Amino acid sequence: MSVKTTLFDPIFKNNPIGLQILGICSALAVTTKLETVLAMSGAVIFVTAFSNLFVSVIRAHIPSSIRIIVQMTIIASLVIVADQVLKAYFFSISKSMSVYVGLIITNCIVMGRAEGFAMKNPPWISFVDGLGNGVGYAVVLLFVGVLRELFGSGSLLGYTIFPLVGDGGWYQGNGLMLLAPSAFFLIAIFIWIVRTYYPEQIEEE
Amino acid sequence: MFEHYLTIIIKAIFIENLALGFFLGMCTFLAVSKKVSTSLGLGVAVIVVQTITVPVNNLIYHFLLQDGALAWAGLPGVDLSFLGLISYIGVIAAMVQILEMALDKYFPPLYNALGIFLPLITVNCAILGGSLFMVERDYTFGESVAYGVGSGIGWALAIVALAGIREKMKYSNVPAGLRGLGITFITVGLMAFGFLAFSGIQL
Repeated sequence: MSVKTTLFDPIFKNNPIGLQILGICSALAVTTKLETVLAMSGAVIFVTAFSNLFVSVIRAHIPSSIRIIVQMTIIASLVIVADQVLKAYFFSISKSMSVYVGLIITNCIVMGRAEGFAMKNPPWISFVDGLGNGVGYAVVLLFVGVLRELFGSGSLLGYTIFPLVGDGGWYQGNGLMLLAPSAFFLIAIFIWIVRTYYPEQIEEE
Repeated sequence: MFEHYLTIIIKAIFIENLALGFFLGMCTFLAVSKKVSTSLGLGVAVIVVQTITVPVNNLIYHFLLQDGALAWAGLPGVDLSFLGLISYIGVIAAMVQILEMALDKYFPPLYNALGIFLPLITVNCAILGGSLFMVERDYTFGESVAYGVGSGIGWALAIVALAGIREKMKYSNVPAGLRGLGITFITVGLMAFGFLAFSGIQL
């Protein structure tokens, strides 16, 4: 397994959200604004990569009966680090993400990769796999976040792109995009696009 | 007083539904909702675990972690709230384990019915989310019991409803690329719109 496929496969071919049904909770709730998306993606990439690395380093010493708790402890410690860093340097963003930073612990991507990949592979390639899956998650989040902020409030990262009618511009903001359920439709569209390119991903029923 | 608790329960079930209002527990919500019977089992397990863990975490927060909470041990200046995440998840994992053993010993039929779902609940973000919301909203012990029950019921209600819709949808002709996961997302989105209708209600 080469470094390149381990890094790039999870981005489209084996996307954690689109194909493995992992880590969806936070993908929906934090995507109204692009800045929270960036903070969330950064935190998840950091946690996935390093939890994979640490779990892989000690994988030979973990008794299999308590491995879930050991993984959980590693992940929770990393999430606390990420949470404290966000609170210290990006306080307003961290406030607006409320409980969702803490919920990275139960984000199944982190747990799923630690259990499914890091327990069986050496540290370096596990780190790369964590990085790839984190980025695959970030790609979906960015897709949803960009569309929601652009069409919902006519701006990106707070900078106006489409001047809103309310401020004397021409763009009528799409209120649907600001409501949480719109994220479901956008992710469904993302899945549809990816599966049109990779027809082998289509599910048979 | 009773009315206040009832308000919290109703609010947690409908207005602030964990699954459809905050999108928590989505992974299991989408993956285990193919059949009504299995989703009912999972829903009951979530109600039970949520009703136990939220109050327990409430006690831990108020007597161990909160700023100044260790005053009873002679350490009034200690603030351990940064250890919150790791203790809540530890409590949840331990509670699920204990519940599993207790059910196995005293209620084997229920244990067999819940089967694989009990251990899965540890990584269900609805459970951890419930505890985190409880801390964020500063509930008292009584309120946290009410919130635990209500949010559990709300999640169970949502997953059973989704499973019902998915069973019916087996007979529809879905575009190839949307089959399975894609159309489930759209269904959940429409259900979430339905639940948005509750959001204007003041209790």
